This record gives sequence, C-alpha cells and structure tokens, in this order.
Amino acid sequence: MCSYIVEKAALVGSAKGRKGWMRIDTANVYFDHPYYSTLDHVLAIDFTNEGEGGRERVAVELSADSARALVDRILAALASGEAAHVVPPMPVAAE
Amino acid sequence: MNYYQGLQAEVVQFRGHNNDQGDAYYARPTRAGKFPGVVVIHHIPGWCEWTTEVVRKLAHHGYAAISPHLYFREGSPDESPDDLGARIRAAGGVADAQVMGDVAGAMAYLRAQPNATGKIGVIGFCSGGRHTYLAACTLNGIDAAVDCWGGNVVVDNPKDLNDKRPVAPIDLTEKMSCPLLGIFGNDDANPTADQVNRTEAVLKKLGKNYKFHRYNGAGHAFFNWQRDAYRPDQAMDGWRKVFDFFNRNLAASASSIAAE
Repeated sequence: MCSYIVEKAALVGSAKGRKGWMRIDTANVYFDHPYYSTLDHVLAIDFTNEGEGGRERVAVELSADSARALVDRILAALASGEAAHVVPPMPVAAE
Repeated sequence: MNYYQGLQAEVVQFRGHNNDQGDAYYARPTRAGKFPGVVVIHHIPGWCEWTTEVVRKLAHHGYAAISPHLYFREGSPDESPDDLGARIRAAGGVADAQVMGDVAGAMAYLRAQPNATGKIGVIGFCSGGRHTYLAACTLNGIDAAVDCWGGNVVVDNPKDLNDKRPVAPIDLTEKMSCPLLGIFGNDDANPTADQVNRTEAVLKKLGKNYKFHRYNGAGHAFFNWQRDAYRPDQAMDGWRKVFDFFNRNLAASASSIAAE
C-alpha cells in the first residue's frame, strides 16, 4: 500500500528538467512504491521550485541501497571538495 | 462469432466530485449488446499505463470499464500523470470525499451509455483498494466490489486520520451494501496478514457477503507485471477469482471469455 509520507528539504540550487535549467527550492523525499522503476519500493526525490508553484520537477527513483550509498558519496564529495576549494578563514592577528 | 472480440479504448470526459469535469480512460467491447460496467480505481502513484491495461483487460472480458483520473484537478490534460501524482503526494493526497465523488461520477458515466446493463462493479488497487472498500460502504448502486491489497482499511494509529481521510474504512463496514472480494498477498506490509484477518473478522461478525483470497509467496501489488513484485501464478489465479466474482454478480454476457 502506498503512503503519503513525504520528507521535505529546503534547498538552494538548480536542476535541469524537461524545459532546461531551473532554480529549485525544495526536495520532496519519500520511500514508497515507484511510478517507473520495477523495484517494489524506491527512494524517490522530486526536486521542485515551490516558490514558483512547483509545477516542474526533476525526479529520481533509487533503490534503498543505492540511495544510502549516494548519501555517503555526497558527504564524501563535500568533504574532499571543500578541503580542496574552500579557503579557510584567516586567523585573526592579535592586537 | 470469433473467439476474440474487438474493443475500443479512449480518453473521455466525465463529471466527478462537485460536477468537475476531467479525464477518464474508457474501454468497451465493440460488438453489439449491453455490458455491465466496472470502475477501476488507480493507486497513489497515479493514473498509470498499467491501470489503462486493466481497463482494456476488463473490456476484453466483456465489460465496459472506466478509470477516472483522480488527479485531473491538479494540472492540465497534457501533463504527465506521474507529475500530477508527485504534486498530489507533496500536498498530502486527495480527500476521500473527493475520490468518492469521482467514483460516483464514473459510475454515472457508465450507466448513461447506451450499452449499459445498469450493473456496476468497482475494483481498486493499493490505495484504490482502500477507496473501493470505502465506496462499497458509502456509495449507492454498486453491485460488486473488489479490494486488491488496499492498506489502511484498518487504522492502528489515530494520527493517520486527518481532514482528508477522517474515518477508518473498517468503521464503516456496517454500511457495506454489496458483495466484496478481497485479494491479498501474505507477505504484504500494508495491509499485513493480521490486518486482513481483522478486516475479515469484522465482515464476518456483521454478516457481510464477502470472500477473501490470500496468496503465499506474494506481497503487495503482485498483479503488476511492471514490478519485481509480480507473481505470475498467484496473479493468474487472482484474475480468475476476479472474473468469476464479476461474472457471478454482474451477469456478464454469455460470450464473455473466461479469464486465462
């Protein structure tokens, strides 16, 4: 049986959908029966811009295992990427 | 007469809840004659291709069948049903009262056709199975109802009730006015085998006309050939049970072929 359980995440970002690139402000995340996948259940994410009505979306349906692996890789990419690209704040010199 | 008969399938306009006009998928045998009608209620993900195949399957077996697009109010007819389903999900789903109005409207559409016998069945899958149970308890004029693995008929957590779904269907069972067929997989997590047993206990206690079929080695949505959940042996037997039930209660024409 499907459910209406949805986790909402506020986002700052952009995504490429049916009409090209768009700004997104929300991810609706749920684990339920898919629309397209052959899996019994999927971790689905709908990226939308609710500020503009939420009519366009970029959608993914992932297996539970691959969704967990993706979370791990996102965190790893952030860690290595920020280490390489983000300049640490300068220490404040003592008066 | 040939063994296989033709059918016609098309998208039609129907009047649903509040007299709102929306899309429905309609299929009927093309041969001359009158046919019982069946309303097909789709699942939460939306008005999907598999649902249209169920409608055509019913027409193939001698029924005029219709599946109302329960999410038509959410967008325009040229938008993908899965996109509308995603918006509906994010908004917390559709209200039971609205769905019942749409099912009643689809029944009226079937009855208004010149090929109608006047007999009407309802079949629903997943959330549509729950809606079917609700329809059997709240709508007049249903002659047979088939609940395929509808979850949340029994509501164990009161927090699952809200403005859109204010009443647990099980609490309306006393008002059930038509024969009910239930199809369930014993490995399903919603409804669980225990919840199916509790539903049956209420139906039995109230003296309702029902028959439940439970399948081992099957879980949720085991008719759906597009998913890993598909179980061909159990699904074929289940469809046979469905057509036996509809043929018995809706008096399909004698030329309706047996489920294979």
